[in-house]
Amino acid sequence: MAGGGEQTAVRQTRPPPWRDVRIIRVVAQVVFLVAVFFFLRFLFTTLMTNMRASGLPTGFAFLDQPTGFDIRGADDFRPSQPIRDALLVGYANTIRVAAIGIALATVVGVLLGIARLSTNWLVRKAAAVYVEAIRNTPVLLIIAFMYFAVVLAALPGIADAVNVFGAMILSTRGIWMVWGEATQPLGPFLAVLGVGLAVAVALGVWRTRLWDETGTPHHRVLWGAGALLLIGGVGYVALGAPIEVTLPTREGRLVTGGIELQPTYGALLAGLVIYTASHIAEIVRGSILAVPKGQTEAAQAIALSGFQRMRYVILPQAARIAVPPVASQYLNLTKNSSLAIFVGYVELTRVTFTAIGNANPAPQLVAILALGYLTLSLFISAIANVVNRSLALKAR
Amino acid sequence: MAETVETPQVEPAEESPVLTEDPLTQPAATPGEWLRANLFSTWYNALFTVVFGAFLGYAFFRLLLFVFVTANWEIVRVNLTTFMVGRFPRGELYRAWVAIGLVSAVSGLGVGVAARRRGRANRVALLRMAAPGIVFVAVLLALTSTATPALMVALSALVALGSRTVGMRLPPRVGRYMPILYVATVFGAYAAFSAGSPMTYNNFQGLLLNVFLAIAAITLCFPFGVLLALGRRSTFPAVRLVCVGYIELIRGVPLITLLLMGATMLGFFVPAGMTRPGQVTRALVAFVLFAGAYVAEDVRGGLQSIPPGQVEAAKAIGLSPLKTTLLIVLPQALRNVIPALVGQFISLTKDTVLVAIIGLTDVLRVARAVTSQPQFAGQGLQAETLLFTGFLLWSICFTMSRASQRLEKRLGVGMR
Repeated sequence: MAGGGEQTAVRQTRPPPWRDVRIIRVVAQVVFLVAVFFFLRFLFTTLMTNMRASGLPTGFAFLDQPTGFDIRGADDFRPSQPIRDALLVGYANTIRVAAIGIALATVVGVLLGIARLSTNWLVRKAAAVYVEAIRNTPVLLIIAFMYFAVVLAALPGIADAVNVFGAMILSTRGIWMVWGEATQPLGPFLAVLGVGLAVAVALGVWRTRLWDETGTPHHRVLWGAGALLLIGGVGYVALGAPIEVTLPTREGRLVTGGIELQPTYGALLAGLVIYTASHIAEIVRGSILAVPKGQTEAAQAIALSGFQRMRYVILPQAARIAVPPVASQYLNLTKNSSLAIFVGYVELTRVTFTAIGNANPAPQLVAILALGYLTLSLFISAIANVVNRSLALKAR
Repeated sequence: MAETVETPQVEPAEESPVLTEDPLTQPAATPGEWLRANLFSTWYNALFTVVFGAFLGYAFFRLLLFVFVTANWEIVRVNLTTFMVGRFPRGELYRAWVAIGLVSAVSGLGVGVAARRRGRANRVALLRMAAPGIVFVAVLLALTSTATPALMVALSALVALGSRTVGMRLPPRVGRYMPILYVATVFGAYAAFSAGSPMTYNNFQGLLLNVFLAIAAITLCFPFGVLLALGRRSTFPAVRLVCVGYIELIRGVPLITLLLMGATMLGFFVPAGMTRPGQVTRALVAFVLFAGAYVAEDVRGGLQSIPPGQVEAAKAIGLSPLKTTLLIVLPQALRNVIPALVGQFISLTKDTVLVAIIGLTDVLRVARAVTSQPQFAGQGLQAETLLFTGFLLWSICFTMSRASQRLEKRLGVGMR
């Protein structure tokens, strides 16, 4: 009897399977996964049926077919090259815009963010007007304005191009800038520069250690940069000037020398930088304000100058707060570079959709496109995480 | 493209804390002292002020010269209706005025009811919020060539004032039902445009298309995003996995990819025999799929900010999981992320011009197209049309951002 009572007690703690939470949980998840699976399978089979019905290839063999169209700005690309190559050229152009855009937007954004907190009323207000005007305007509109209203309408034609101090030629046909040109294979010179860099880093480490131990001013930037300049300079002279400066020169409608920037590239870059800088400025301003006021007061109490206060006390702490949101702005800039399609700069998105227009299968190409951007996003996120970790407060 | 700040959103602090002076402890500065402190504190500051001021003055002068002298606004004047509604039948434009009248009446009522419940709003703050909107209407009226718009705006203003008076006399408990009325108004405004006419949203053009896309996408992506966020926080690993996968995939690709996919590829996913959706529907689907992932991340932040004690307390008084989520967790979580959500909605509104790329005739496409009209072609009027378009979208988004700042203050986010 006693044993039977125990059994009932056990039975009471374990409800029937259809009311057992643990079983319901498993069943619910299995049902959910099956539903998701069937939904995806339905999409996939419909896709396959429709693609076969319209005679599109369902594999990736088309990547080896000739591209069949030119890529503006890529002079050594021929339409007979496979689509694979065209996509790579587009990807390289996307990265070119993203990398330079990120660098410029950071510089402009940080300066604007600091300007918004300037003690000079004029600077403060001018920065505020800029940020408020740009932040609430669509980035596509800014890019379109830079291209259609500034580059195409405000710049002169190639016949009477503007020459800025001989270093830059501006016209609707293109923008040429002063650049360096290699006169011999660059291997040896790069090796010399590498040695210089290694020496500079070693000197920096030594000066830092000396500073830690004895308190002598380290001047590590001065030492490092000096060593690099010295070694680089000696190498440059010894190798007989491996890089020469070329200035762009115009004769009639022909420009030689310098480096050419496509007008579409310039407009896209300008639009992205103008827009993203306004967002970075807001983040920088917020981060500086988020540093406790006591820090400023303490810095003033030990008689640091305005610059020193910013450089050694405020900005390092603000950077810690600013890194994650700024990284997300970098991601936005990278993704926004796809808006180039509106002004005609040929990057990954443009190449992909031109290829789709040339009767190549859309689903595979779009999958490749998404993969390209995902890789880039993950790469930027990974760098941001490393920076974030190195700046994070070390709890001891 | 959508802005996201995944991490602790930096608190927007007051305008210029460096110079906030307590009026009680410091005597009011004379103009001379103010100038000295703000512009000429040191010799290099003074030099900078002079040089930078000269530059700014010149830039401002050039801007004024452009806007009031050199610019040829005729192209905007002639095409103003096209900018607003595209090729919407001109005989049916009264529908737009009906919609505007309806919205004015309900907003007036809302303001009245709110004033009854909370006391009158601060006039200056209200004006500060509405300023871009007022400038928006003023610029549009300055560019019209007939008297109808001015009369209609005056009429709408009267309707709004009248319904505000009505709202202030209604019992305060009406306030509880206002959200339902707002949603009904959105549908009502849409019905005013399309009821009994072939003009469904797939034929909308111009700014009307942008506004429609923004409102529809915001309305649809919000519940979708909340569901995704709840899924990401679910105790079911399978649900979590699917939601995380979706959110991260969408956030990794540009919006234009989704829009172009919708335009070129959506047909592939529709079984043969079913009608293919229209181009605007496709764009709307892309916007909702895209914005949902970003809204989900914002809402997740709010969900994470709810102390576990809230859920435990709800369990203790015997609420079901559904009721706990709907009545306890979500209301608090959403209140915490209102600023982030509004920021998301502002970017969504800005992103509606991307439909110009996939060939829809939105306001940006109108701006590009009118410059090739025979009487304006080859005159380089891109700056005028694009500036005007920029102004339209800027004033809408700026008003939204000001409204969100006000809401943030009133809700006391971060202060409780």
